[in-house]
Amino acid sequence: MPTTYLEAIREGLWEEMERDPTVFCIGEDIAEYGGAFKVTAGFLEKFGPQRVVDTPISEAGIVGAAIGAGLMGLRPVAEMQFADFISCGFDQIVNFAAKCRYRWNASVPIVVRSPSGGGIHGGPFHSQNPEMWFVRTPGLKVVCPATAYDAKGLIKSAVRDNDPVLYFEHKGLYRKIKEELPTEEFTVPIGKAKVVREGRDLSIITYGAMVWTALEVADTLADEGASVEVVDLRTLMPLDRETVCASAKKTSKVLLVHEDTRTGGMAGELAATITENVFEYLDGPILRVTAPDTPVPFSPPLEEAFLPNAEKVLEKARWLYRY
Amino acid sequence: MSALHATGAEAPNLSEDGLQADLAHKCLYYMSLMREVEDRIERKLYRQGKIVGGVYVGRGQEAIPVGSALCALPEDVLLPSHRDMAVFFIRGVSARRVLAQYMGRADGLTRGRDGNMHMGDMSVGIVSIISALAATVPVATGVALAMRYQGKNAVAFSYFGDGATSLGHWHEGVNFATVQKLPVVFICNNNQYAYSTPLHLQMACANVADRGAAYNMPAEIVDGNDVMAVHEATQRAVEHARSGLGPYLLECKTFRMTGHSAHDAAHYVPKRLFEEWGKLDPIVRLEKRMIEEGWASRNDLDAVAAAVKAEVDDAVEWADNSPWPDPASLLENVYETE
Repeated sequence: MPTTYLEAIREGLWEEMERDPTVFCIGEDIAEYGGAFKVTAGFLEKFGPQRVVDTPISEAGIVGAAIGAGLMGLRPVAEMQFADFISCGFDQIVNFAAKCRYRWNASVPIVVRSPSGGGIHGGPFHSQNPEMWFVRTPGLKVVCPATAYDAKGLIKSAVRDNDPVLYFEHKGLYRKIKEELPTEEFTVPIGKAKVVREGRDLSIITYGAMVWTALEVADTLADEGASVEVVDLRTLMPLDRETVCASAKKTSKVLLVHEDTRTGGMAGELAATITENVFEYLDGPILRVTAPDTPVPFSPPLEEAFLPNAEKVLEKARWLYRY
Repeated sequence: MSALHATGAEAPNLSEDGLQADLAHKCLYYMSLMREVEDRIERKLYRQGKIVGGVYVGRGQEAIPVGSALCALPEDVLLPSHRDMAVFFIRGVSARRVLAQYMGRADGLTRGRDGNMHMGDMSVGIVSIISALAATVPVATGVALAMRYQGKNAVAFSYFGDGATSLGHWHEGVNFATVQKLPVVFICNNNQYAYSTPLHLQMACANVADRGAAYNMPAEIVDGNDVMAVHEATQRAVEHARSGLGPYLLECKTFRMTGHSAHDAAHYVPKRLFEEWGKLDPIVRLEKRMIEEGWASRNDLDAVAAAVKAEVDDAVEWADNSPWPDPASLLENVYETE
């Protein structure tokens, strides 16, 4: 039976809670209701109200409580109902959780799970990709799985990590993708990108839902004779600069893609990294396909125009391949 | 370290009066130590340029951290605010290390990564302050949630000022703690000014304690310049929290006898308020009571002052000799392993 992306997150969390009694979940509507997206459905019955804690509507309260429990040696997994609402808990994450180890050598082993991303007609408050707010806050780890395998492996690693981990799960992928997962236990290391498709002529470096778009484009361009490599970052911070640079060095042409908006997005940092390290290997300009610098619009034609898609990526990829 | 409970076994006189006398001596020592360390920091080391950055002191407010923290048991966890230095001394952190912290040295609690009261140490049950005030209130709630889950009969001491109760974090933390009936004692230092903003521009209710009703939480107003009263009220609050009845709010009324920080002359505070509250100095009041009750002689009190001065002389010298942090360590400890 193939496992969906959503089920993979649920399985990973469930296994970690079974394995380690210090792991617990905290958030809004996660207990009896099972979470807005049902990731924690069945958890209350299995683990009880002490380990599946429903909270008042209070993102700062949730993250703050998770930090306090983390300082006491527990491993809380906090759920933001939508990634967009994480802004209400921003101070707790960036001013406290992120700085505890550096400032006073205190470990904050928390996970903040946030359903992010567009394509579900959620509008400006239910579709954002806020990962870069945290990528550029030293002390945080940020992961954005694209596959069911990575979703499960990374949630398990996030729970076991002794630093705060922001886990962005793309809600457009929840029930859209599935795969057979190993029956034996596995984890996916934080901080390691993955070459998900080998190629020689062009690298598309991306993460999250755009990995699937990149793979689609790679298929199309293969018919035109191009060998496209696709790199899935999986973790945005700490960034796997070696894998990024190795791919750029190998194919000499780089297209950067993300669903997040353009300015200050991950692509800028990747372009700088590649230029600093392997500039002499490049045979063309580093290009990017991203969402424009606007809020995420609601109406379907507007949202479609906003989001990067295979057509937009293909156009740039083809141009770069022929360059 | 654990106040009355330990005191009972050690005190030569187990009578009620003997316990009170012993407690008064402890309170006097910790209040005097905090006063002396902060005086050196603000009036000497800061002016000499040996301490840079922000300096915030709790002059005249020492009874609040001292009277309350002496009620804490070893498993309890304290989340002090920026005018609660004595909490560190009561939990066994030396004046030497606190001064090294202020001077940005390698032996400070944060090894030079942060300054002044921005420090903590989980090994002695102290969570570091978060500079955006009130942010430790939800954290205290999580500490208490963990204590309950871990089966500890422990209490979280959450400290904040009057101004902090204007922030959303305060309300989110208090609300969750009361919904969950968690063992938290909320201790407010109401010193009547939030930086330059007086209380009536900070909130429409007369007392911070009035906020308790909104959360179905018992709340009590205490004379924050009477250390014995603060101690007694905190014992009541702690017993309530420890017995599973949920949070308890203590509002300690006091006055900020300084500016917000060392660079603030507080010209916006009417002079008569300094004069009136100066007469209520908690150290002077305790000394007077100790003599009246026959708990100490003038000579005893002078001996405490001399001992504290000597301790702080040594601490300043030690801290001044502590090495600066090595710039090569700049990148260390962002994550657990690099």
